[in-house]
Amino acid sequence: MTIETTTLGVLALITIMTVVTLITRFGGVFVMSFVRINPRVESFINTMASSVLIAIIVPMAVGGDLGALAALVATAVSLLVFHKPLPAIAIGLLAAATVRYLL
Amino acid sequence: MSVASYPYQFDSRKVRSEFFRLLPISFFVVAFGAAFGLAAIQEGLTPLQSILMSTTVFAGASQFAAVDIWGADVSVLPLIAVVFAINSRHLLMGASLYPMLREVSPGRRYALLLLLTDANWAVSAQDYQNGRRNLEVIIGGGLVLWLAWIVGTALGVYFGGLLQNPKAFGLDMVLGCFLLAMALGGNKSPRVLVAWCVSGAASLAAWKWLPPNMHVVVGAIAGGLVGLFWLEHKTEVADNQREVSGDH
Repeated sequence: MTIETTTLGVLALITIMTVVTLITRFGGVFVMSFVRINPRVESFINTMASSVLIAIIVPMAVGGDLGALAALVATAVSLLVFHKPLPAIAIGLLAAATVRYLL
Repeated sequence: MSVASYPYQFDSRKVRSEFFRLLPISFFVVAFGAAFGLAAIQEGLTPLQSILMSTTVFAGASQFAAVDIWGADVSVLPLIAVVFAINSRHLLMGASLYPMLREVSPGRRYALLLLLTDANWAVSAQDYQNGRRNLEVIIGGGLVLWLAWIVGTALGVYFGGLLQNPKAFGLDMVLGCFLLAMALGGNKSPRVLVAWCVSGAASLAAWKWLPPNMHVVVGAIAGGLVGLFWLEHKTEVADNQREVSGDH
């Protein structure tokens, strides 16, 4: 099924995207409201929470260009040295920009 | 309806302070939004349509993917599949907030989830791991991120030429660097480090061999399984061995 990108068609497509995204925003919480929270479940979701970030970042580092890798390494090192997130992010972006400028 | 109590107390001053806490990162979101606005215009969306999409969808990566398959016609099922796959991480993010959200009435709970996105969730999850309950950042932080995303999109559709190549400034790495900083600032027990290794390996394997955009969910659930079998305050050696054998 396809929708033509007329004015109404685009509105329909944006509505579809909005509904699908809303389902993802609401769905996890909705399902959890039927789950009995015990220490094991709580341990699962807490560990899952910190794993989400790693699962996003690792393929980004491996699949990206050298600039992407430089950004992540620079952010990690600066954060471990300075313990301040915003300067670490700025240094990461600077590293990406520098590497991309030089290559 | 049964009598339920929702003890979570929202602190409006904290909502405001969380708005300003995420203001700096929001400047980067404006730039990222501008890149989206430019991409949307180039794929044939009108300025108003692009801004509407950013306002109601508010999920950057999936919006980039959607305008990527834009044309004279758009196939609905692939659009749904790609938007769902990319945004499926929200399912897990929302679930992870449930221990706090169950103390909020359903109306407020789902209203707050309208503003759920990566950056404010990462702050809330990190605070929770460090023993602080912070749903205010979902509201205050979400609001500033949402406004930044809309303003950025508007700048991109009208003045997109100013930012032809956001990658040259490293702007495509804003979210990655932010999420990495949040991850490293969180709790780093041996259990979490094992979960990170499992999650990273599973995510990479899924990224290589499974259909696109499934790696985040696969990696996160794989990491979560470590927590399922390895509880924090137990005899860790026994549970650890169970986890290792259960993982294969």
